Amino acid sequence: MWRQWIPFWRPGVSPYGGDVDLLFAGLLLASALVLGLLFFLLIVFCVRYRAGNPTDRGHRVKKSWHWEVGWTSASLVIFLLLFVWGSSVYLEIYQKPQGELSVFVVAKQWMWKVQHPGGQSEINSLHMPVNRPVRLVMASQDVIHSFFIPALRLKHDVVPGRYQSLEVEAVTAGHYHLFCAEYCGTDHSGMIGEIVAMEPADYAKWLNDQGPANSLAREGGALFRELGCSGCHAANSSVHAPLLEGLYGKPVPLSDGSTVTADDKYIRDSILLPRSQVAAGYQPVMPSFEGKVSEDQLLRLVTYIKSLADRAP
Amino acid sequence: MTEPDYLNSAYTLRSWFFTTDHKRIAILYFATLIGFFFIGGAAATAIRIELATPQADLVSSDTYNRLFTMHGVIMVWFFLIPSIPNTLGNFIVPLMIGARDLAFPRLNLMSWYLFIAGGSVTLFAILAGGIDTGWTFYTPFSTLYSNSYVIVAVTGIFIAGFSSILTGLNFIATVHRLRAPGLTWYRLPLFIWSLYATSVILVLATPVLAITLVLLATERFLGVGIFDPRIGGDPLLFQHLFWFYSHPAVYIMILPGMGVVNELISCFSRKPVFGYKFVAWASLAIAAVGFLVWGHHMFVSGQSLLASLVFSFMSFIVAVPSAIKVFNWTATLHKGSLRFDAPMLYALAFLGLFTIGGLTGLFLACLAFDVHATDTYFVVAHFHYIMVGGMVTAYFGGLHYWWPKITGRLYSEYWARTAAVLIFFGFNLTFFPQFVLGAEGMPRRYHVYPPEFQVWNVLSSGGATILAAAYLLPMFYLGYSLFFGRRAPANPWDAPGLEWQTPSPPPEFNFESQPVVTRAPYQYGPDFAAEPQNA
Repeated sequence: MWRQWIPFWRPGVSPYGGDVDLLFAGLLLASALVLGLLFFLLIVFCVRYRAGNPTDRGHRVKKSWHWEVGWTSASLVIFLLLFVWGSSVYLEIYQKPQGELSVFVVAKQWMWKVQHPGGQSEINSLHMPVNRPVRLVMASQDVIHSFFIPALRLKHDVVPGRYQSLEVEAVTAGHYHLFCAEYCGTDHSGMIGEIVAMEPADYAKWLNDQGPANSLAREGGALFRELGCSGCHAANSSVHAPLLEGLYGKPVPLSDGSTVTADDKYIRDSILLPRSQVAAGYQPVMPSFEGKVSEDQLLRLVTYIKSLADRAP
Repeated sequence: MTEPDYLNSAYTLRSWFFTTDHKRIAILYFATLIGFFFIGGAAATAIRIELATPQADLVSSDTYNRLFTMHGVIMVWFFLIPSIPNTLGNFIVPLMIGARDLAFPRLNLMSWYLFIAGGSVTLFAILAGGIDTGWTFYTPFSTLYSNSYVIVAVTGIFIAGFSSILTGLNFIATVHRLRAPGLTWYRLPLFIWSLYATSVILVLATPVLAITLVLLATERFLGVGIFDPRIGGDPLLFQHLFWFYSHPAVYIMILPGMGVVNELISCFSRKPVFGYKFVAWASLAIAAVGFLVWGHHMFVSGQSLLASLVFSFMSFIVAVPSAIKVFNWTATLHKGSLRFDAPMLYALAFLGLFTIGGLTGLFLACLAFDVHATDTYFVVAHFHYIMVGGMVTAYFGGLHYWWPKITGRLYSEYWARTAAVLIFFGFNLTFFPQFVLGAEGMPRRYHVYPPEFQVWNVLSSGGATILAAAYLLPMFYLGYSLFFGRRAPANPWDAPGLEWQTPSPPPEFNFESQPVVTRAPYQYGPDFAAEPQNA
């Protein structure tokens, strides 16, 4: 297999890992050719044209423009090919997540907290089934972190104040490094963990072995009542607030005339910045929960509202 | 009795600290920069010693974070950016264009004082407890979470920025207004073109850094929400503003090095630079396109896919003029008459190291590979090949080339060549393993790391030992030459440039009579001696 030929390089184990490796091999080869040519010329010129060496120095190239045009266009063409190649694989890596299995990742100084939809949680590790795309919804509690799995050739920053969705998939079972790649303070280098890619049966067993846990949606429901959300967002409430049943994934007309899709990001923003995107027909009366709920609680609330998607409003 | 040279015209402290002579100001910068280079280098040494083992054994994590921040801040703003422009540039530019001084001599002195003030404030921040944000000061870490002297440090950098702006202005005005009679733009040495392009970036980009740092301090000090999402800011806004300065700043750091290499390769091949006009305009193209590539630092930050595509494309485009230069330098050697004096060894080392740095820059401009390699040691290795392998090597080359002119003394050729060779091997041993580390996925700014990365880290630390020794060597033989070196003739390299047509060291006002230029630069050859340029 050609990928073993790249020295000190273990093949990537994501569906596009081979494409990234091939790109790397292409870049290495192109660089080796250019560098080889350069060093060859340097050595030949340095030996042949050293001072005192009698050799033909006549007929120097005087008109240089056709050389210039030649190597400029050659560089340009090669660079454009590399650009197209690199970009096409990039779009493959960062494609819109399709996986129906959603896992939440909260990054904070200095740990990765992972919440599975069934309520199982883990710290500094992420168990996932092989050959099944997993949609990660990532948030940061404090500073910028970066979710980096070298074996999957995958990295994405986790920027506070926004959700980042990312699709991960491993094609080979195994344990892989998880690193924080964006400098985040004192224990930045301790913010590491592992990705455990398992056969589907092992994964199901692992989920079961995690002991009885309340699902995220259930915990979210409890929070929903605790924080007083249910006082307004209920059918029998005296306050005129939108009902959340059947909301998730649907288009929401806003008071400014535009429409947004009620996805994770919209729900999160509506909790923290309720006045920025007010649903049409409602008054901006909801208080902001900025600073009152943590990222952990937020993702439970979002999962709860998501779980209402199939209910009739 | 001829006019006394600039070193002997006066001896008082006052004559140094209140001088407006560009040559003396260059010496002031030299002395200052040596200090900063050693402070930054000491931090690098501590980092490499710590990284020889996977565990934490020399320093704590907090100290480690302060060390790499200090290394970055000092080396970028207090060594690399001012290195060639403010020392060699200050000294050589007026001599090269046949002028008595820069256009604004007092502004030049003020630039140095601003630099000293900025440097002192930043050093104070380091001594008082250090900064732990990394040289990039990413928000919201730097505005809310860091418990270190962020505001003091950015104040220092802010002040030093004005030194950059004023120096850039001074060079631009000088090149426009003070060229000797007959010295048309296409007769200018390429070093001048490079410094001109550098100055344009200094003047246009540095104000953006100043604004960014003021915004950062405002948020940290007054709690005004600009970058912190908790109070309504956007962390990516900081990255856009910061890299809008800091990517062009990379070209501030490499263009002057390219300029020096033109002079060296031409001189020691005894030939004009091949494709003069292409090389000249390539400098300006780099300066212009360099402003449009900053987003390539943010391919994994969450900026839009379209933005990433555009920035990747522009990053490939900006590599074209650099490639043009490398090809032209190589072609300059063709049918030359090559001498391998120390400056030429540095120039050849530059050619190899800069090309490796440039090629690996293409890896990082390539979107899909950057996702894997960004924020790993691959990036660290890449920019050290450009900044240290490129710029610092060129700086040493230029320093050796113009040393006889600046000091009036000759150094030991044997030791200078030894140092050049040691630097080349030490450098590669230090930084090449870091490409492997990065490709394997070791993130940068890691105090402790998984044991599987140790082999390459040990190699790198071993190389750093050689490199450190090699960088110390010139201190000795150059220092020795100051006192015991043979007197240098006016033109030890038989070069046609104007700076060589006046005694070494030059008199206070550079030329005894106004030089007049009648031909293109780099007219080396057997006939050159018969045709003195100093009319």
